[in-house]
Amino acid sequence: MSVNVNTIRRSALKLVTAYIPLLFASLFFLLPVFVMLNTGLKSFAEVKIQEMWALPRHLTFEGFLAAFVRLLPNIRNSFFVTLPASVLSAAIGSVNGYIFTKWKFKGSNTVFTLMLFGMFIPLQSILIPLVAVLKSIGLYGSIPGLILAHVVYGIPLTTLIFRNYYVDIPDSLVEASCMDGLEILQTYRRIILPLSGPAFVVVLIWQFTSIWNEFLFSLVITQDPNVQPINVALANMAGSYYVEWNIQMAGALIAGIPTLLVYIFLGKFLIRGLLAGSVKA
Amino acid sequence: MVKSKKEIFKAILVLMPSVVLLAVFVYGFILWTFRVSLSAWRGIVPDYTFVGFKNYIKVFQSVRFQTDMWNTFYFTILLLVFCISFALMLAHVLDKGVKFESTFRSVFLFPIALSFVVTGVVWRWIFNPEVGINVLIHKLGFKDFNFGWYTQPLRFLNFNVPLVSLLIAAGWQLTGYIMAMFLAGMRAIPQELRDAWVIDGAGELQAFWFVVLPILKPVILSAGILLGHMSLKLFTLVYNMTGQGPAFATDIPALNMFETTFAANRYGEGAMIAIALLLFVAVVIVPYLYSQFRSRGRAA
Repeated sequence: MSVNVNTIRRSALKLVTAYIPLLFASLFFLLPVFVMLNTGLKSFAEVKIQEMWALPRHLTFEGFLAAFVRLLPNIRNSFFVTLPASVLSAAIGSVNGYIFTKWKFKGSNTVFTLMLFGMFIPLQSILIPLVAVLKSIGLYGSIPGLILAHVVYGIPLTTLIFRNYYVDIPDSLVEASCMDGLEILQTYRRIILPLSGPAFVVVLIWQFTSIWNEFLFSLVITQDPNVQPINVALANMAGSYYVEWNIQMAGALIAGIPTLLVYIFLGKFLIRGLLAGSVKA
Repeated sequence: MVKSKKEIFKAILVLMPSVVLLAVFVYGFILWTFRVSLSAWRGIVPDYTFVGFKNYIKVFQSVRFQTDMWNTFYFTILLLVFCISFALMLAHVLDKGVKFESTFRSVFLFPIALSFVVTGVVWRWIFNPEVGINVLIHKLGFKDFNFGWYTQPLRFLNFNVPLVSLLIAAGWQLTGYIMAMFLAGMRAIPQELRDAWVIDGAGELQAFWFVVLPILKPVILSAGILLGHMSLKLFTLVYNMTGQGPAFATDIPALNMFETTFAANRYGEGAMIAIALLLFVAVVIVPYLYSQFRSRGRAA
């Protein structure tokens, strides 16, 4: 009997100390999703102040459709920026990480640390010269200009993640290959690159998410609505469609969908990237 | 294996493009910005006339920048307290082992996949005094509740109350990330260590306090540095959620720099704010990088 009472007491305790707090926390974290779906799925006629929190009486996709039509060119722009910038910064980071782990030279740790600093600077501190340089080479206001910015300022993080990954690859592999007379870059291609798959996945997913979500560069570099990425378009839309809350909320969800899909299907790699950038700097 | 000089030279050559790019785009550009901050540049046409620290004096004396400093100070401390304590609590509960653990973890962590633009747009709606959470509170029976979350300029001890709504939005976005860091740290603690405490008669909370927390200290420090530097650089959320607010109640240096430079075309002053911002961040980051670098040197 006493065992039974104990069990009940323990599960009651667990309910109070674990499940109820977790449930409340979940409500807090899901609240914005509810708001986006609930408001986004209403017709404009139903978006009235008194009924803001009521469930939609008629589900309609008119808000999502209107937002999607408006944002589609910008979604395309975002892909045009994000994909090449992710691939380029990953490729550069991979080669750098290889040199920093397998070809250490005097002062290479210092160079690496100085490089890492670029990951932490507030972008405001380089923005005025960046705009001036992009203007002088004719890339200001263009997608290639935005790609260039994302690639350069992405190098520190991609280098860091690859470096942490390559540390665990035995040096002997590289040494053996060099004995065979293979040059540095050939060794990279034949030995290191084939082993780099998992690191590339982490880096590409991380870069995709952070470049997709980046705002300040896009805001400053692209003024023309035709080249603006999704986030700038969403910000402008939220500013101008001030009362059409259904379109605004639908647009916010649409802007988040690509990275949410990445999170849902490839979340464990994204988390690996997150932790790589924080725990083992 | 001893590498030959020629090979090392080639290795450096491979690294060179990145080194040069970052030397120019990070360090060169910072110096350039510093030079702009000493100039009389106002308007669209660059003007590098040297004016010394005139912009520094002017900006430091402005009400806006002084408010920014207080806002950043309070916001950073409160964000650290909010995220770290909330994340510790969540990680602790999940670490004990609960059903649906991975579901809960995904729910807490998903905001990190969203941009601050999306977060800003949604939370601006939630805290909008006319349509958001206030309406819900009215429905619950509190008809007289009319708090202007980010529209009402309330302040005491230089703390601007509208920052609270920004704090909740930023906490919503970042807590899961910090929780994931803590959870990874907790999972690395051998179970026997904790069991030993519990068997000794000490409660679970004591095991958490005396075993888990001390081991987690370096991770908490990393989280603090991460959050601290993110809070100092915060721009996108404020831009999209509240803007500068009434009487600069939700203004921060990053937004001030952007508006001063690219909206008002006061480049000299904007560059000065950028340099100040960089210094704030450097105070947090440089000791951290230095310690990481030194410990790596020791290990090698």
